[in-house]
Amino acid sequence: MDWEGVRLHVVSGKGGTGKTTLAAALALALAAEGRRTLLIEVEGRQGIAELFGIAALPYQERKVATVSPAQVGAAGKGTGEVFALAIDTEQALLEYLDMFYKLGRAGKALQKVGFVDFATTVAPGVRDVLLTGKACEAARRKGPDGRRVYDAVVMDAPPTGRLTRFLNVNSEVAGLARFGPIHSQAQAVMGVLRSPETAVHLVTLLEEMPVQETVDGFAELRAAALPVGGVLVNMVRPPVLDAAAVAAVHGDHREEVAQALLEAGLGGRSRTAATRRAAVEPLLDPLLAQAREHAERVALEQEQRADLAALDLPSYELPLLGGGVDLGGLYRLAGELKRQGAA
Amino acid sequence: MTGASGPAGLDVDRLIDDPATRIIVCCGSGGVGKTTTAAAIGLRAAERGRRTVVLTIDPARRLAQSMGLTELDNTPRPVKGAAGADGPGELHAMMLDMKRTFDEVVLAHAEPERARAILENPFYQSLSAGFAGTQEYMAMEKLGQLQATGSWDLIVVDTPPSRSALDFLDAPGRLGSFLDGKIIRVLMAPAKVGGRSAMKFLNVGMGLLTGTLGKIFGAQLLTDLQTFVAAMDSMFGGFRERAESTYQLLKADGTAFLVVAAPERDALREAAYFVDRLAADEMPLAGLVLNRVHSTDAPQLTAERAQAAAQLLEENGADHEPRQAEAEALAAGLLRLHAERVEVMGRERRTRDRFVSVYPDVPIIEVPALAGDVHDLDGLRVIGRQLAGTD
Repeated sequence: MDWEGVRLHVVSGKGGTGKTTLAAALALALAAEGRRTLLIEVEGRQGIAELFGIAALPYQERKVATVSPAQVGAAGKGTGEVFALAIDTEQALLEYLDMFYKLGRAGKALQKVGFVDFATTVAPGVRDVLLTGKACEAARRKGPDGRRVYDAVVMDAPPTGRLTRFLNVNSEVAGLARFGPIHSQAQAVMGVLRSPETAVHLVTLLEEMPVQETVDGFAELRAAALPVGGVLVNMVRPPVLDAAAVAAVHGDHREEVAQALLEAGLGGRSRTAATRRAAVEPLLDPLLAQAREHAERVALEQEQRADLAALDLPSYELPLLGGGVDLGGLYRLAGELKRQGAA
Repeated sequence: MTGASGPAGLDVDRLIDDPATRIIVCCGSGGVGKTTTAAAIGLRAAERGRRTVVLTIDPARRLAQSMGLTELDNTPRPVKGAAGADGPGELHAMMLDMKRTFDEVVLAHAEPERARAILENPFYQSLSAGFAGTQEYMAMEKLGQLQATGSWDLIVVDTPPSRSALDFLDAPGRLGSFLDGKIIRVLMAPAKVGGRSAMKFLNVGMGLLTGTLGKIFGAQLLTDLQTFVAAMDSMFGGFRERAESTYQLLKADGTAFLVVAAPERDALREAAYFVDRLAADEMPLAGLVLNRVHSTDAPQLTAERAQAAAQLLEENGADHEPRQAEAEALAAGLLRLHAERVEVMGRERRTRDRFVSVYPDVPIIEVPALAGDVHDLDGLRVIGRQLAGTD
């Protein structure tokens, strides 16, 4: 397991790369062998509920799945549990105010004058402070027995473009409020985020834009002294044509392919050879054109793999699951992550 | 393969050729090719004779380069090589610089001394550098500015890549409730001479509230915040007015929204969210652009038949001499590739049909999947033709 000692896994990536799916799969994988994990959603999209096929999550940690070692191809024993939480910023703010300030009547007054509204929508960064604060709190929370409540917390974070700013919001806030309670809270959260207990993983596809954004994203994280995690390469397609076949589609193999298609019976049942040959003719150009497109894509993917390899970070490849990811697919991805050492 | 499809096709050329169309807003979730779509539409409109500007938020590097956007300078720049030198059309492009846009607003609406106080306020500096939300506000501010110059036939806007992309629709309401709300008076009370006595409301004393805020924020931050709010006070009215007029502009006849998506479950779910949201605000939706749709020129060959034929060839190959076996292996590979393609098409079609059955009135245009990314104007022209259904 590559991430021993990491308690908070932050999963980000360019939009459309499937970061919510992989965050969920990672939470499942980390829960295998009798552990308990918490999956946190911060963008109010209810993507987790959708993935697990359950009703919209309230602002409350609740169990969304169990996982046995066999389900993810692991060796150990014990049934693991995955909890999930969709953070509602308004409620998180009230909870935060109550926890730290015991406001009572004044808290109600703040709500009445529109402070909560103001803070969660207009005021800069408050949302991000609450979201990161809640994740850190869950990651460090201890039960009555003095042990951590969750073995790991996985956060489905905002996309790469906004990630560093999101994670760094507390250092910004600590700069704005140079002392006082906000300052110390912000410092504490930043301490967790910058510690070896946190790892930030980026999800990418083998396409140019997501890979570029991943490379830039890791550079930004490093510059902000945030702990860099691994690369999760999602939706990897199996090579249908091997290297030899890819090379072959660029040669002139039209007639040979035509003969093979005839042999496979695609010319129909006519007794006349010419009729059968004519029947496969309209297939030839489309099939060869599709193969050339495929070859082009494979070549582009190789370039992207090389760029990712240059990052020199732990990297995991997850297969493309046709038809979108259902619950079964989620366990399959979790199994892949486990097998490749991400959990 | 043309883009013609569905219950009603989206006629992009008619939309961009219509002189009444003045603003096109592209929205959708991240990773669906939204920026590329906006750029392709802008280029096509320019080359069809309109003086066009594309406002992008955060373009991928190479796409930006393809439009000659090498730096973020917050001003529309002509795109070299776009539109003929003799034609009436022109293409300009710009990337939004949030901070600079915000600074410009401050400088334009406050006296120099007050403007400097605002620009130097640490609270302002954090806010303007782009916390969640600022981007959306500033994108709309810039749109309002571009429109106010009157020098563009058509403005194409690429929205920020998130669900909050439509947060700008809330901007006037939010600013309004903030300005009308008590909170601003609470924040401004100590800075306003003589304001205190008037601040008895909700049976809560001013002292308790500011005391509480001080407890939360700490005295120094509260002072910064109050200074900021007081300094901005003279501008808030202007802000709200502008936000309100941009909102009305978006609702007006000359505006068209395009929702961009890919034929995947998640992207279309987001698209549905956007469609609903636009309808709720009575914003004019022109249609859905469905990017990355797969197609084949050999639709007569089903996936099942291709798979079966491939299997047969692979089995036969074992008994044949190398040269023939090689050809059979290649043909089998082509057939498997085709089968995969047809299966993908089937899935995409089902996903799309589910959307159509819920939103039968939304015109759709499908744009084929490309092997690689778009890097130059020619690539954008190809997309433009596909959007117009003429390729």
